[in-house]
Amino acid sequence: MVQQIITVKNKIGIHSRPAALLVDTASRFKSKITIKNGERSALTTSMVKLLALRVKQDTEITITAEGEDESEAVKALSDLIESNFGEE
Amino acid sequence: MDIQGIPISAGIAIGKAFLYRGVPIESSCAGNGSTADPETEKNRLEQAVIEAERQLSELIGRIPAEDGKQEADILNTQKYLLRDPEITGAAAEAVEKRYITAEQAVTEAVKESAAVFAEMDDDPYLKERSGDIEDIGRRLLSILSGSCTSCTLSDLPPDSIVIAETLGPSDTVQLDRAHTAAIVTEHGGSTSHAAILARTMELPAVSGIQGMCTLVSPGDTVIVDGCTGQVFIKPEPAIIEEYTQRIAAYEERKCELKKSVHAPCRTKAGKEILLAANIGSPDDIDRALENGAEGVGLFRTEFLYLDRPAPPDEEEQYRIYRTAAEKLGERPLVVRTLDIGGDKEIPYLHLPREDNPFLGTRAIRLCFAHPELFKIQLRALLRAAVYGNIKIMFPMVSSADDILTAKRFIAECARELDSEKQEYNAKVETGIMIEIPAAAIIADELAPLCSFFSIGTNDLTQYTLAVDRTNESLSALYNPFHPAVLALIRKTIEAAHKAGIPCAMCGEFAGNPKAVPQLLKYGLDEFSVSVSVLPETRRLIMDTAAE
Repeated sequence: MVQQIITVKNKIGIHSRPAALLVDTASRFKSKITIKNGERSALTTSMVKLLALRVKQDTEITITAEGEDESEAVKALSDLIESNFGEE
Repeated sequence: MDIQGIPISAGIAIGKAFLYRGVPIESSCAGNGSTADPETEKNRLEQAVIEAERQLSELIGRIPAEDGKQEADILNTQKYLLRDPEITGAAAEAVEKRYITAEQAVTEAVKESAAVFAEMDDDPYLKERSGDIEDIGRRLLSILSGSCTSCTLSDLPPDSIVIAETLGPSDTVQLDRAHTAAIVTEHGGSTSHAAILARTMELPAVSGIQGMCTLVSPGDTVIVDGCTGQVFIKPEPAIIEEYTQRIAAYEERKCELKKSVHAPCRTKAGKEILLAANIGSPDDIDRALENGAEGVGLFRTEFLYLDRPAPPDEEEQYRIYRTAAEKLGERPLVVRTLDIGGDKEIPYLHLPREDNPFLGTRAIRLCFAHPELFKIQLRALLRAAVYGNIKIMFPMVSSADDILTAKRFIAECARELDSEKQEYNAKVETGIMIEIPAAAIIADELAPLCSFFSIGTNDLTQYTLAVDRTNESLSALYNPFHPAVLALIRKTIEAAHKAGIPCAMCGEFAGNPKAVPQLLKYGLDEFSVSVSVLPETRRLIMDTAAE
C-alpha cells in the first residue's frame, strides 16, 4: 500500500473538470485508489464520490493506492494535482 | 383558444406543440417496480446507458466550439456521471439483488445521489450538480420508456413550438435549434435565460402564461405572436389563414427594413441621431452591427454573473470587455456596471432576502456595499478601455453623492493600476442611468457631474407610478406614456442639454413605435434598443420630422 498527503492548490478545488481528470487518470491503473478528505473518503472510479469530498483550494487530502502498480498510480495522481489540473 | 402572455422575443410562428416537462424523477416511474427477470432488466439498463452516452456525444459534437465551453462542460460531466458506480453501478446492483426493474433502480440511485448534492447549501456549485444527476436520470428513464419525445429537446420534429414551465441552461443547451419555431414558457421574464436565447436566435417567444402546459396537448397546432404576446391553441382555420398572411407580411417588412439598416440615421429635419443596441454579451455585437447599430448603448453586465458558481474574475471580465470594445472599434460601448439585487438568484453573493427587492440593496447600492466586487469590474473596464471607446454607466443613482462615491472608486482603481504599472485608460467617460424619479427631478444638479445621461424607462416608469412591473395583475397601470413619466423624461433631456451633455434612452420605450416621434420632439440624442427592433427604430427616426 502506498500513501501520500498532498494539498490541492488549484482555484476551484475538486469540481467537475478536475474530478473528470482524476477519474481518467486513475482508470489507467489496476490498483484500487482512494482519496480521503478528513472523514470523507472516495474511490477514484466515482465522480459523485469525488465531488462529495468537497475539496476546496488549500485542502489537504490523502491518496492511497493498493495493487500491483500502486506507486505509479499515486505518483500520477499527485502529479496531476500538483499541475493544478492544467488550470491557468 | 386565445391567451395573452408577455412578449419576450419578436416574431410570429405557427407550429406543433412540443411539451417539454422537467419531469420530477419520482413521478415518472409507474408500476410497483419489481421484476422476475433481473437478467433482462440488467441488459435493458446497459443498453440505455450506451444509448444515453451516444446522445450526449452527439450533443457535445453539435456545440459550436467558440462559445459553447460552459455547455460542453455540463454535458461532459454528465457523461462521467452516466458511468458512475454510485449511479448506474448502484442501479445495476439493485436490479440483480433486489429483483427490481431498470426504471425503479435508476430512479432510486439518481434520487439518492442527487440528494447528497441538493443539501450542500454552502456550495452553490456542488448544489447545482444535483440537477445534472437528475438530468441523467431523466435521460435514462426516457430511453427506457421508449418515448424520448417528452423528455429531451435535442431531437424535435420540424416546426416545434416548445412549451415548458421554464427553461434553464441545461435545457436550452440541448435545444434542437433548427427545428424550433417558437418558445412558450409559464415562467421567466424578458431577462430569463430562455428569453435571451430566443432573442439571440431571433425566435418568437412568449412567457407568463400560467398553466400553459395543461392547456395544450402534444401535437396541437399553436400560433405564437412574440410581438404582441398572444398565443392561440388549436386556432380556427380563419385565424391560421390570417396569421399565415401576417407571417408573410412580417417577413417581408423585415426584409424591407434590412435594406435601409445602413442608411444615415437622421430625422427628416436633418438631426443626426445615434442608434445603438442593447446587448448582454459580446456575441450579440455582430448581429447588432448587421442590423445597423452605430454602437452599444447598454451592455448589461449582470449576465456575466448569473448561472455560475463564483463571480467572474478581473481577467475574465477584462477579456470580455476588450473583445467587445475591439469588435466595435471607434463606436461607443456603454457598459453598465453590475445591476442586480435581491430579486435575482446569485447564490455565491449570499444576498439576504429583502421584502422589497426593487427598493432594496440593488445595482450601485449593492456595489458600494461590496467594494471588492465593484472594484474588480471597474479595474477590468479601465484596462479594457485602452482597446476601444468604452464608457462606464452607473445604474440606480439617486443623488450627487452616489456619483461622487462611484468616481472615487474609479480613482482608487486607477491609482492601484498605476502602482501595479498596468496599462489602462485614465480618460474613460462616466455617466449615469436616470431611472429613479429623484434623479430625474434633480437632473440639473447631476448633469455637470456626468459625461452623459441614459434614461432607463422600465424602472423610471415603475418607480414613478408605484407599479411593480413584474406584477401581471397591474400590467394595465404600467404605462410609460403617463404624463408624469413623460414630464420626467423631458426634464432629464433638458437638464442634459443645459449642461452640454448628450441624453440617451436605453429602456424598451426607446424602441416603441408610438414613443419614438415624441422622444425626438423632446430632443433625445441617442436611442439604444434591442437588436431585433433596430431596423424598425431606424426607419421611424428617419420618417420623423423633428429638428
